[in-house]
Amino acid sequence: MSGFQATAGHGDPHSLGHGAAREHLPKHGGGHLVSKRIVTGYGFWIFLLSDIIMFSAFFATYAVLVGATADGPSGHDLFDLRNVGVETACLLLSSFTCGIASIGAMTHRSLWFYGAMTATFVLGAAFVGLELREFAGMIAQGNGPSRSAFLSAFFTLVGCHGMHVSLGLLWLLTMMAQVYAKGYRDDILRRILCFSLFWHALDIIWVGLFTVVYLMGVGQ
Amino acid sequence: MRAKPGGPSDAKRCPHPFGSPSVPIARRAIILAPIILTGCQAGVLDPAGPIGLAEKTILIDSLAIMLAIVIPTIAATLGFAWWFRAPNTKARYLPDFAYSGRLELIVWSIPLLTITLLGGVAWIGSHDLDPAVPLPSDKPPLDVQVVSLDWKWLFIYPNQRVASVNQLVVPAGVPIHFTLTSASVMSTFFIPQLGSMIYTMNGMATQLYLQADTPGTFRGLSGHYNGDGFSDMHFDVLAVPTDRFTAWVSATRGTGPTLNADSYAELEKQSVDAHPFTYGNADPALFRQIVTQKLPPGPGPQVGHPDVNVSPRTQR
Amino acid sequence: MLGKLTWAAVPFDQPIPLIAAAMVGLVIFGVLVWVTVKGYLPYLWHEWITSVDHKRIGIMYTLLAMVMLLRGFSDAIMMRSQQAMAYRSEGYLPPEHYDQIFSAHGTLMIFFVAMPFVIGLMNFVVPLQLGARDVAFPTLNSVGFWLTATGALLVNISLVVGEFARTGWLPYPPLSELTYSPGVGVDYYLWSLEISGVGTLLSGVNLVTTVLKIHAPGMTYMRMPMFCWTTLAANLLIVAAFPILTATLAMLLLDRNLGFHFFTNTGGGNVMMFMNLIWAWGHPEVYILILPAFGIFSEVIATFSRKPLFGYRSMVMATMVICLLSFTVWLHHFFTMGAGADVNAIFGIASMIIAVPTGVKVFNWLFTMYGGRVVFTPPILWSIGFMVTFVIGGMTGVLLAVPPADFVLHNSLFLVAHFHNVIIGGVLFGAFAGYNYWFPKAFGFRLHEGLGKAAFWCWFIGFYLAFMPLYVVGLMGMTRRMQHYDVAAWRPWLLIAALGAAVILCGIILQIAQLTVSIRHREELRDETGDPWNGRSLEWATASPPPVFNFAVLPHIQGEDAYWDIKQRAIEQARLGDEPAYTEIEMPKNSPTGFICAFFATFMGFALIWHIWWLVAVGALGAFTTFVVFAWRDEDEYIIPADEVAKIDRANRSARREALVHLQPVQ
Repeated sequence: MSGFQATAGHGDPHSLGHGAAREHLPKHGGGHLVSKRIVTGYGFWIFLLSDIIMFSAFFATYAVLVGATADGPSGHDLFDLRNVGVETACLLLSSFTCGIASIGAMTHRSLWFYGAMTATFVLGAAFVGLELREFAGMIAQGNGPSRSAFLSAFFTLVGCHGMHVSLGLLWLLTMMAQVYAKGYRDDILRRILCFSLFWHALDIIWVGLFTVVYLMGVGQ
Repeated sequence: MRAKPGGPSDAKRCPHPFGSPSVPIARRAIILAPIILTGCQAGVLDPAGPIGLAEKTILIDSLAIMLAIVIPTIAATLGFAWWFRAPNTKARYLPDFAYSGRLELIVWSIPLLTITLLGGVAWIGSHDLDPAVPLPSDKPPLDVQVVSLDWKWLFIYPNQRVASVNQLVVPAGVPIHFTLTSASVMSTFFIPQLGSMIYTMNGMATQLYLQADTPGTFRGLSGHYNGDGFSDMHFDVLAVPTDRFTAWVSATRGTGPTLNADSYAELEKQSVDAHPFTYGNADPALFRQIVTQKLPPGPGPQVGHPDVNVSPRTQR
Repeated sequence: MLGKLTWAAVPFDQPIPLIAAAMVGLVIFGVLVWVTVKGYLPYLWHEWITSVDHKRIGIMYTLLAMVMLLRGFSDAIMMRSQQAMAYRSEGYLPPEHYDQIFSAHGTLMIFFVAMPFVIGLMNFVVPLQLGARDVAFPTLNSVGFWLTATGALLVNISLVVGEFARTGWLPYPPLSELTYSPGVGVDYYLWSLEISGVGTLLSGVNLVTTVLKIHAPGMTYMRMPMFCWTTLAANLLIVAAFPILTATLAMLLLDRNLGFHFFTNTGGGNVMMFMNLIWAWGHPEVYILILPAFGIFSEVIATFSRKPLFGYRSMVMATMVICLLSFTVWLHHFFTMGAGADVNAIFGIASMIIAVPTGVKVFNWLFTMYGGRVVFTPPILWSIGFMVTFVIGGMTGVLLAVPPADFVLHNSLFLVAHFHNVIIGGVLFGAFAGYNYWFPKAFGFRLHEGLGKAAFWCWFIGFYLAFMPLYVVGLMGMTRRMQHYDVAAWRPWLLIAALGAAVILCGIILQIAQLTVSIRHREELRDETGDPWNGRSLEWATASPPPVFNFAVLPHIQGEDAYWDIKQRAIEQARLGDEPAYTEIEMPKNSPTGFICAFFATFMGFALIWHIWWLVAVGALGAFTTFVVFAWRDEDEYIIPADEVAKIDRANRSARREALVHLQPVQ
């Protein structure tokens, strides 16, 4: 914990994690020869990989079922690229603001941190809102998930991503509250690192989703 | 309607298609008992057709190839463990023996060679015995459409326009081309003595060619568990000489109920241990309608304890 | 208010589950009363339930596995006796009950016996072998354990409230769809496994990170004991495969609860997709179970042959090859679906290729014994029993990988015999070997050797009696999961199989006796040195049971068989190394997060099964609040002062110094 303050300003002025001595290697302590930040980040990466595998299962399912429309509408009939385009813009932009927020947290600049986190939240919420509006519109037309296997797969794949974003928003608020209540503690900074990894991973998944589901769906 | 197992006679389970109703059941049982006992007992090691025979050969060959290294390995395990037991001072102690390039080479190559050999067997066998490949024969194959229902088997002879339930009559020595589907859940069509089993699935048709070389009675069953009535979902395969098959077809045609969409809907309802019976007139387009789901899949259970949404029960 | 749940859901008309549940309830109640009266509750809470110590969590995993083994085995006894009786009769279990029993048997044995057993052993041993103070994520580890326990609890609740699945241990649709299984059984299955699956995934993330990142100085990857390698491989498989299971079961849940059409007959659903997805998880799962067992055998055989493991690099390579290949063979579970000759042949050959690294392992164990001094303790008996049994199971497995042979053996009792042959003969024997081997490390005294050997022989003979007949009836065309049958020729074999189950029961009774007798006579069986077997890897370099911080001073590793080298040096110099300079140690604080989280998860799971929606919300909110409260803690570590570290370590050093006198250098 003290290591952070002690090394801040030496060689790695903004403490962006490039300096080897950024966080002290415990001389005693939990037996970790690798810093906790590295271990936590590493573990979270492994978790994200597993999450991506879960999404690949949904992607594979979608690919199998995309033609199984049971005489119902296909993606070509349903998708509105403009709406999805705005969603994409929101999410990509929120990744950028999330990046700013994590730099703000690492450098203890509260204005940047809170500002960027708020922006991330607003953009993320807008994304979820737009997605829900799209879903509600489809269900209102009788094209809900129980209409056909294609729509089941569509709602599950896109909805699973949307659920991740929603949980991310909850996490985001929790992190803001934690920083507000506890300050830039080492363990909280580690959690912010994990959060930003999570948020960027959701972006990557969305890029795949946007391409496979919407672009290819409309193109058919 | 679950009949009590161990019911009145063997004849009930392996009935003979030509038994005239006037012959007393007990006498039929005595006549048929030997056929039924052997017929119902033997499994895949007692094949009665070309597919079953080829599969048995592959099974035995593969086993022999593997036993050639498995038996020495087991012997060596027991031998090494015993010879190198701690109290045995005659055994050499080599506390640093942990690597030997030559041994490693052998260790990797023995299983590799075995698998290469077996891989060849698997590759050739998979292609020769692909269930969808017609059997070489100078006789045209007989088409039989199979529908697995909860919990009985429906056999439709589209060209003969007859059908039977839980009883499959085929001519011996003639290849049979089965086209299979399911009315509800997945099942597996399996006649151990004739060979290859295959899944039946709703909305899809699978293909299978089998042949019985000589007349006889064989046991057929569902290989895949499919619900409460699973254990009773077996049938008898009666392979008979060609002329008797023709006789059976003409005796069946025109007698008994008709198989059409209505009677199929009735048959589709869940029931256990259906008695074998025949349809004197079968709609040859019915199978197509089942596969394309023009006829809806079978309903599930209707009653339960305390209600069907908590714990469904099979109607008996 | 209570969804589908009414009093009528309790099967008052069925004596067997009711009596069984009453017995279990009575035992649990009795234990609770005993614990409370004796005043052990605070001890249990502070030292076990809230513990984030990987050793304690490992022990609790193992305990869960053993308790569930008793439940799963009673199912087995019921199945064997039903089939022994049900020739031309209904037996004593009607289909709707029998079908639940075999489904519960498979589910319990795989997910709540085999999995927690190997995960428990990995948790306990791996950080010790790596020379680490702790795992990467101690609290997460605790959450993982308690979620697994939640899943096990839900499966057992289904015994008396409602019903369990009647679809087999893998709920193939459309049988498992709402149309054909409208009851709560499949939901019990699905929610139990969704919840415990999250737990398993967390445990996998934790152990992968631990093996890859947390080592003592000098413990490079190529110096890690074999068990660490197989742990790494198994947990990589968990991380890669369990999300597929979660996704697949989620799809089935959506089908059943919200009318989706993934696997339904209607609406364009595709049942073949379920089979592909479930086996894309299911086949790696087989290796998740067997790889750690391979690791245990490697440790045990080397230790009791008094030799290093033969062909270490080969073994590492073989492990990782199996790990990779295990994802490429799933289709062999449904050769009989009519996929076509090329597809079948390719997957058949791919499956056979896995036999190559596996064969290499067997030969390497063989050469580990060669030139050794084999000491016949219970752990190595299990290992030799495994080698003999497993090659038979492997052989029948390769036979099933030959598509034309599988065409007549698939779904038969031959298949059942095969996978019991590898899971009992491989995984369970491995788990028992590990249990006998590491028990003294965990508790400071050995298990009774005579009873251990007797238990082994009962299991070994019982296994052959129970499963060789199943190979035979499988070849006679008997399929699995039959509630009754009318083929006279099958019956004698099924009677022998039932006898085998009875012999295995004797084995289990002897194991219980072994544990009881050992606890009673623990002073005679005490091991002060921490190295009762003359071990080779680092877990034997510390006291038994190890202090919470594992190692007073982190060892410096200079080669494979890390502790063996240190020990040989000490024997040569006839003295221990110099006393190190002790420093204070930071350790993670206990946390009730896991327990409380699982508490809410249990209610949430139960509510989801019975459609009690308000309780679902309460459970979800509770779990989230638990995590936030946990995150709010100011102090997550505590300090053990250097004095105390020194005191603990000096006690162990003096015991080792005394023992050193009796040790001879190896010629």
